[in-house]
Amino acid sequence: MAAVVGREEPAERPLVPRERPRSYYGLPIVRRPAWTWEVPLYFFTGGTAGALAAVSILARWNGQHRMGRRARRMALAGAVVSPVLLISDLGRPARFLNMLRVLRPTSPMSLGSWTLAGFGTALGMAEAADLVGLPAAVTGTMEGAAGILGPILANYTAVLLGDTANPIWRGGRHLLPFVFSGSSLAAAGGALSLAGPGEGRVASRRMVLVGTAMEQAAFLAMESQLGPLGEPYRTGRGGRLAQAHRRASWVGALLVLAGGRSPFLQRLGGAIALGSSALLRQAVYRAGFQAADDPGYLVGSQEP
Amino acid sequence: MITGPRQPPVALPLWQAGGTRMGFFTDSSVCIGCKACEVACKEWNGVPDSKPAWSGNSYDNTLRLGADSWRHVAFVERVRQDDAAGVRWLMSSDVCKHCTRAACLEVCPTGAIFRSEFGTVVVQDDVCNGCGYCVVACPFGVIERREDDGRAFKCTLCYDRLKVGEQPACAKACPTASIQFGPVEELREAARSRLEQVRAQPGGEEAHLYGADEADGVGGFGAFFLLLDRPEVYGLPPRPEYRRRDVVTMWGAASVAAWLLVGGLAGALRWRR
Ligand code: SF4
Ligand code: SF4
Repeated sequence: MAAVVGREEPAERPLVPRERPRSYYGLPIVRRPAWTWEVPLYFFTGGTAGALAAVSILARWNGQHRMGRRARRMALAGAVVSPVLLISDLGRPARFLNMLRVLRPTSPMSLGSWTLAGFGTALGMAEAADLVGLPAAVTGTMEGAAGILGPILANYTAVLLGDTANPIWRGGRHLLPFVFSGSSLAAAGGALSLAGPGEGRVASRRMVLVGTAMEQAAFLAMESQLGPLGEPYRTGRGGRLAQAHRRASWVGALLVLAGGRSPFLQRLGGAIALGSSALLRQAVYRAGFQAADDPGYLVGSQEP
Repeated sequence: MITGPRQPPVALPLWQAGGTRMGFFTDSSVCIGCKACEVACKEWNGVPDSKPAWSGNSYDNTLRLGADSWRHVAFVERVRQDDAAGVRWLMSSDVCKHCTRAACLEVCPTGAIFRSEFGTVVVQDDVCNGCGYCVVACPFGVIERREDDGRAFKCTLCYDRLKVGEQPACAKACPTASIQFGPVEELREAARSRLEQVRAQPGGEEAHLYGADEADGVGGFGAFFLLLDRPEVYGLPPRPEYRRRDVVTMWGAASVAAWLLVGGLAGALRWRR
């Protein structure tokens, strides 16, 4: 038995492996993300803001001006917080500006950074135009621009994750955008529900329900497509987060459904739906760590 | 050996229009595990030292490639019952593959990673903003962010030495010519004839070239290998892949998903109260 200082050896471990090893000392092959906690949180704030911006322009067209303005202000808050989170991940503001040095169509992160920058600018201008009292058409145009960029902002982050070597993100690359879209829709409904009664109470309730259904269905489809590779969504920290997300989603949807009777329940359900959307990004992010750390997933996914 | 799904090689790469693509052929069958390459690389490129630690994994304390390890010598000990020789000791010096379709280069949002006139893949550290996208995109887990300054680092294939007509430090230091440097076309020729020799010898039955085929998942490597066992045994992915087509289909899926989102919203808003 090899006595290695500082390392406990199980008694039955042979000096050298007899079987053909499936990996190099069990070491990872691809790398786990080097990002900090801000990044999955940004996936949530950006996604929610994106869906809310689409609400604002649709509501304007629909004549629901109060609801539209409320949605726009919440979207603006998300658009302000998002770059702050990204800068905090990168360490210095100048580093975020480097993202806008070039536009690189092959890089989802580059396209996403430009989308975020355009989104924030359009929303800021819409707000300013509204405050200064410029004609409604100006505000509407800016809202429209943000409303077009918003749904892209809501799910480009899924493309960003899919375009990596991480086996669980890569394996779900065509369904993850649907998961993120659904979750952003539910989160937008959650934010509006939380904001309280008034115009759009029914609409926000429907958003939570439709979004939750879309997200849950897409997640199920993704898990079945992943098969054994989807294990990190069932075990460990990724699994716990995924489960917490799933439960929160259903509870949020049920409470919001009951919100027809009680505004309080709708608010509570809205808050839970928002939290569940944030949990989803955490679950996907964390599952990526597990999938990268165990080389078995990568080798398994590449077996002919 | 094919290292990925077969697909046509990329359209005329930039370096074919101008210069000659230069690269490495690492022949693991003659590697003696001396780690001269690891040392020479650190010396020449001023790569910070790694924290010393005993891993217990044979003679390997470097463990894997990373921001501060641009060459890594793997030591694999294998005993097979049916093997008359008893222990098989496989050694191989790993390095950035300088992929034809380099995921790190394609996904980099700042354009910090570029294709040099030698066809190699190089990071400009004054442009890199440490976003870390390349780290998760590389199919080989090569490139890594340095803890202290947050930017990404990897093998440059000694870009500075190549510019003055020198060969990379590791290839120069290798005492057994396990690391060969030259025009990739010529190296591929040499590798094919070397493979035939190795295959004819006992223990060489499973030998294969890893990354010498332009039809593989990343369009072939600029730095490829002759391996005596399956890639995963050395800590390499069996079928590395990076396809631009995937990016297109993913954006397609994302567009449909975005429309569904808008549709869901429109539906929810249609009934007013
Ligand atoms: S091996 Fe990784 S770091 Fe090297 S060129 Fe290929 S993708 Fe880039
Ligand atoms: S960490 Fe640097 S080199 Fe890597 S993708 Fe980001 S900007 Fe490019």
